[in-house]
Amino acid sequence: MSGESGTIYTETVVYSAPEAFTADVPYQLAIVTLDAGGRVTARIAGERVAIGDRVSRLEIRGGVPFFTKIS
Amino acid sequence: MRPVAVVGIGKTPFGAFPDRDLRSLAVEAGEKCLANAHAAPRQVDAFFLGNFAGPSFVGQNHLAPYISTALGIEGVPATRVEAACASSGSAFFHAFTGVASGVYDAVLVAGVEKMTSQPTPKVTEILASAGDCGGEIKAGSTFASLFAMIARRHMHQFGTRREHLAAVAVKNHANGALNPDAHLRKTITIEQAMAGKPIAEPLNLYDCSLISDGAAAVLLAPAERAGEFTDKPVKVLGISQASDYLALDQKQDITTFPAVRRAAEKAYQMAGVGPADIQLAELHDCFTIAEIIALEDLGFAPRGEGGPFTMEGHTARTGSKPVNTSGGLKSKGHPVGATGVAQICDLVLQMRCEAGARQVPRHSLSLAQNLGGSGATCVVTILGTV
Repeated sequence: MSGESGTIYTETVVYSAPEAFTADVPYQLAIVTLDAGGRVTARIAGERVAIGDRVSRLEIRGGVPFFTKIS
Repeated sequence: MRPVAVVGIGKTPFGAFPDRDLRSLAVEAGEKCLANAHAAPRQVDAFFLGNFAGPSFVGQNHLAPYISTALGIEGVPATRVEAACASSGSAFFHAFTGVASGVYDAVLVAGVEKMTSQPTPKVTEILASAGDCGGEIKAGSTFASLFAMIARRHMHQFGTRREHLAAVAVKNHANGALNPDAHLRKTITIEQAMAGKPIAEPLNLYDCSLISDGAAAVLLAPAERAGEFTDKPVKVLGISQASDYLALDQKQDITTFPAVRRAAEKAYQMAGVGPADIQLAELHDCFTIAEIIALEDLGFAPRGEGGPFTMEGHTARTGSKPVNTSGGLKSKGHPVGATGVAQICDLVLQMRCEAGARQVPRHSLSLAQNLGGSGATCVVTILGTV
C-alpha cells in the first residue's frame, strides 16, 4: 500500500473504449480527490466504488494510478 | 469595430457517406454558400476552415488551401483552425474579428469532418486526443466517459435523474425527424432512450451524439454591405470565445463550464441582451448532460435545474425557449469540425423563416453555443435580425 489516499469525486464504468483499451472493458474510471490536495484521474481495481467512497493507491501501472476501495 | 452580418449559408446533409471524401464535402458546402450569397470565389478576401482531425481521420494535412483552391478561391489567406469540437465555432469567431476590424470584407468560413471511414474504436481514440493525453486519456478515458463522470457528479449534487437525460434525447430526435438534412431522422420514446446500450455509465447510446460526415459554410461581410449579397442578412450582435483546462481533474467543479460562462457573459454584454431575451438556441449537445449544463451556464435555467427545465418542455420546439430545433448533435449529427458553423446555418434558416416543418414563430434573436472537448474551448454567438 502506498501512502496516497483520497475520496471518490466522480466515477464511471466504461463499456465502449478506445482501440488500446478494448480488451479491458468494462472498467471503472474515477476522479479521486487526494487527501494531500489536488485530484487525479485513476483506474479502479477490485470492488466497484461510488462518489464519497474512500480509496487508496494500489500501484502505478504504465504511468496510470490504480486505486482500490478501503474497506 | 464595425457591425458584421452573415450573408450566405450552405450545408451538406449530415450522415455516413462512404462515397464522399473530406474535400468534396467542404467544397459542396462552400459552393452552396457562395451561391446562396450570390458571390463569386474572387470576391472572397480570406478563408477560414474549422477541422478537428482531418490528418488522423483521412491522412490529409494543410487542409485550408487544399479546400479553398478547389473552391476557386485563389491567393488569399487560407487558415485551418483546430479547437476540438469547437473548431468551426472558433474559425467563425476569428473570421468575425477579421471583418469587424476592417482587415477583410467578405470572409468564407467552412467546417468539415469526415469520420465514418474509421471503425468506432479508432474514432473513439481520435476523439479522445482532444482530452489531456498525459493523464485522463492515458488512464482510458473516452469523451463519453468524461461526460459520464460529469453527469454522475451533476446527479449527485443536484438530483438530476436518468429521465432528465433521456428527455434531451427524445426532444432532439423529435426535432431532427423534421430536418431533411439530419443524420438520424427518427423519433424515439423516453423508454427507448432509457434502455440504450451502455457506453459509459450513466450514459447509454441515446445520450451520445452521432459519428457523422458533413460540412457547413457561411459568408461574413460588413453589415453595411450585406445588401450586395442578400436581402435577408443576419447580424452578429455578440460573440466571444473563452478557454479553460483540458483535464477534468484540474477543474474545481465539473458540473459547470467556466469557459461557457465567460464566453456567454461577454457575448451578452456585447449584444446588449440577456438570457431572457434569447428566442431560440442551438446548443452543443455532444452528450445529453452537456445540453442540460449549457442551459444552466447560459442562464436559461437556474443552476442544477437544467434537467427539470427540459422535462417541463421549455426547450421543446413549442416551448418558450426552443433549443436545437435542427435536431442538435444528437439527431442532426456531429461531424465535429463542421458543428460550430452548422449551428450558425441552422439559426440563420430559422431567422430567415426558411426552416420548413421545424420553423418556430419567434426567431429574431438567437444564440449558438459551441463547446470544445470537455469545456476547454467555448464560443458563444448571438445573432439578430433587428
